[in-house]
Amino acid sequence: METHEAERLAAELAGSPEALRTFLSGLPGVDQVGAEQRAATLATRSIKTTAKQWALDLAVRMVDLTTLEGADTPGKVRALCAKAMRPDPADPGCPPVAAVCVYPTLVPTAVAQLRGSGVHVASVATAFPSGQAPLAVKLDDVRAAVAAGADEVDMVIDRGAFLAGRYEEVFRQIVAVKEACGDAHLKVILETGELVTYDNVRRASWLAMLAGGDFIKTSTGKVAPAATLPVTLVMLEAVRDFRDRTGRQVGVKPAGGIRTAKDAIRYLVLINETVGEDWLDPRWFRFGASSLLNDLLMQRAKMATGRYAGPDYFTLD
Amino acid sequence: MAFEYAPAPESRSVVDIRPEYGLFIDGAFVAAVDGEPMKTVDPASEEVLAEVAQAGPADVDKAVAAARRAYEKVWGRMPGAERAKYLFRIARIVQERARELAVLESIDNGKPIRESRDVDIPLVAAHFFYYAGWADKLAYAGFGTTPLGVAAQVIPWNFPLLMLAWKIAPALAAGNTVVLKPAETTPLTALVFAEICQQADLPPGVVNIVTGAGDTGRTLVEHAGVDKVAFTGSTEVGRQIARSVAGTSKRVTLELGGKAANIVFDDAALDQAVEGIVNGIFFNQGHVCCAGSRLLVQESVADEVLDRLKRRMATLRVGDPLDKNTDVGAINSAEQLARIRTLAGIGEEEGAERWSAPCVLPERGFWFAPTIFTGVTQAHRIAREEIFGPVLSVLTFRTPAEAIEKANNTPYGLSAGIWTEKGSRILWAAERLRAGVVWANTFNKFDPTSPFGGFKESGYGREGGRQGLEAYLAG
Repeated sequence: METHEAERLAAELAGSPEALRTFLSGLPGVDQVGAEQRAATLATRSIKTTAKQWALDLAVRMVDLTTLEGADTPGKVRALCAKAMRPDPADPGCPPVAAVCVYPTLVPTAVAQLRGSGVHVASVATAFPSGQAPLAVKLDDVRAAVAAGADEVDMVIDRGAFLAGRYEEVFRQIVAVKEACGDAHLKVILETGELVTYDNVRRASWLAMLAGGDFIKTSTGKVAPAATLPVTLVMLEAVRDFRDRTGRQVGVKPAGGIRTAKDAIRYLVLINETVGEDWLDPRWFRFGASSLLNDLLMQRAKMATGRYAGPDYFTLD
Repeated sequence: MAFEYAPAPESRSVVDIRPEYGLFIDGAFVAAVDGEPMKTVDPASEEVLAEVAQAGPADVDKAVAAARRAYEKVWGRMPGAERAKYLFRIARIVQERARELAVLESIDNGKPIRESRDVDIPLVAAHFFYYAGWADKLAYAGFGTTPLGVAAQVIPWNFPLLMLAWKIAPALAAGNTVVLKPAETTPLTALVFAEICQQADLPPGVVNIVTGAGDTGRTLVEHAGVDKVAFTGSTEVGRQIARSVAGTSKRVTLELGGKAANIVFDDAALDQAVEGIVNGIFFNQGHVCCAGSRLLVQESVADEVLDRLKRRMATLRVGDPLDKNTDVGAINSAEQLARIRTLAGIGEEEGAERWSAPCVLPERGFWFAPTIFTGVTQAHRIAREEIFGPVLSVLTFRTPAEAIEKANNTPYGLSAGIWTEKGSRILWAAERLRAGVVWANTFNKFDPTSPFGGFKESGYGREGGRQGLEAYLAG
């Protein structure tokens, strides 16, 4: 019943580029100054003691521990997987992260390491990070990742088509990728740094949700600016409004540039005061990050012992 | 799972409240000649913070005489560049003591520390910096270079130190000396400001602070020795002052009440408009003369805006002003709380529908939950009278012309807000709104460079900006 409304709306808009354009243009605008001011105000929230402990653990559970380098090796991915399952070997109470995120060729390595651990395997696909490849190639990329065992796929949208106003083309591509994903969860990377305006971010968010994305994600991490608080605020408002309208809940994943526990807690505050506790869960919110995890671990240890340990006490990824 | 923020109180240890305070006259703290001291309380706990002297006629005489001497012998004849040095010094000391001032302001006034820390105190320093810059450039401001003499200044309790800065900075920059009376319920930061004047080696008598209630204020503005009266407060008291100075040579500026319209058109950026509505009426518990206390929302988006507004209001954190996560603090006094309750009660009796944000209010202290009234018409008292609390009256309109008509249909005219993504509509509306400040896609933004003041019963004269100098120069 609930998802029916999402499907009905998507079907209504999918048939006609004009209808889709009219719908997206009809979304309320975003005032840049106001959105940035709201995000800045929420960033002044002071999260201390028990609230901080709780937030740090939740943030660890939301991390998509990521390595997306040309120099990645199976050895590095194995190490990353070990860390994903037991982030802090000295503390058995430390929860595992949500997922490990790698390139498709390294998915088999990650799958083998993580089997049975509950940690998901996410793979970027669709000619990540530029998305500049024919659709057929992108879909093969997705199928290969899923066949290799990835249960989450992080795709990039065709920003060129989006910025040129060819919304329907972007829509159809996302639908096709979603279909190629099968049961795997689809995260749609908007690459907000290339969309530039918050109005575009809101439209791209709706487009991705209408096309069936399970998550909307800010960035590849390869383009600056990557995730920011105001961009994430706009995306959170989009998933909130989309659920109000259709009944379907979509997740949000800021990625790139989130390096400190303090930053991560600011995002949790943003969720809490924008969309509420329904999204305060790794099923609905993820951090795409690599170095963030060590800072979260360092802060956890500080909360437990009252002292900061040096960086050598935490493993490098 | 819910994210409960643990208490994050700002430390009180940075402030040192003395058990009793005298008057600051001629550069020194002195006891009042006569009169019982009054008590100032923490509105969040009803605890007595200190006893403060009440200045009687003899004290006001002394203060005005000290200001006159300082004006004639030192300040009035000092080159502008030299006066600027003192003002810059004061601005820097305010910055250095910012945390102390912010905490003290929150304790005495009840406003959240987030606001006193991020808004009030930075603006205080900014005003002194700004007018320090004018002191040696008066010839270029266009209002002459001759000061008026002694200024009697009476300020309200809603932004105690900021209103002091708005009054004292331009007066001193222009070469006047001042006798200032802070509000009865919030004298403490003004008294710390007196210490700052000492710390800055400001010549004695240039700034005098006389604490007291309404009688002290009346004595001060009616004093024959003052050349200028500047008042911020209620329209009722403003009228009395206008009457009392009529027929004298005193110059007057009045910054009085307001009942601002915050107009949301159907093409507005709705999420930010909701933030603007919240900021417009719940900032500083609605104790803001330019508060956006009347929401005029276009009928076609009224339901959606109200849904979003209520959802947003449910996230407002009401409570301990010193908690860094508090959004809405305590009502400043029992008297003000009673007034808000009375007017809210009248709103219900008149048939408007009341909705308050679900929140647990502390047992001690003065509190009022953020509240909106829907189904309000122009004829309702809550749409006409200034409530000066966290209470919003919601009205709707269908056409832009109707919005302007309703917005202007008030005896006040201090501020207004316009929310639309259409630039031409902003200009069209701003041209027609009879209000001293019109904000577009924002609200309650203040800056020392921008003049502020009212139309109609909201008063006359401007404070801030180049225009703010006019009130303190003889031409």
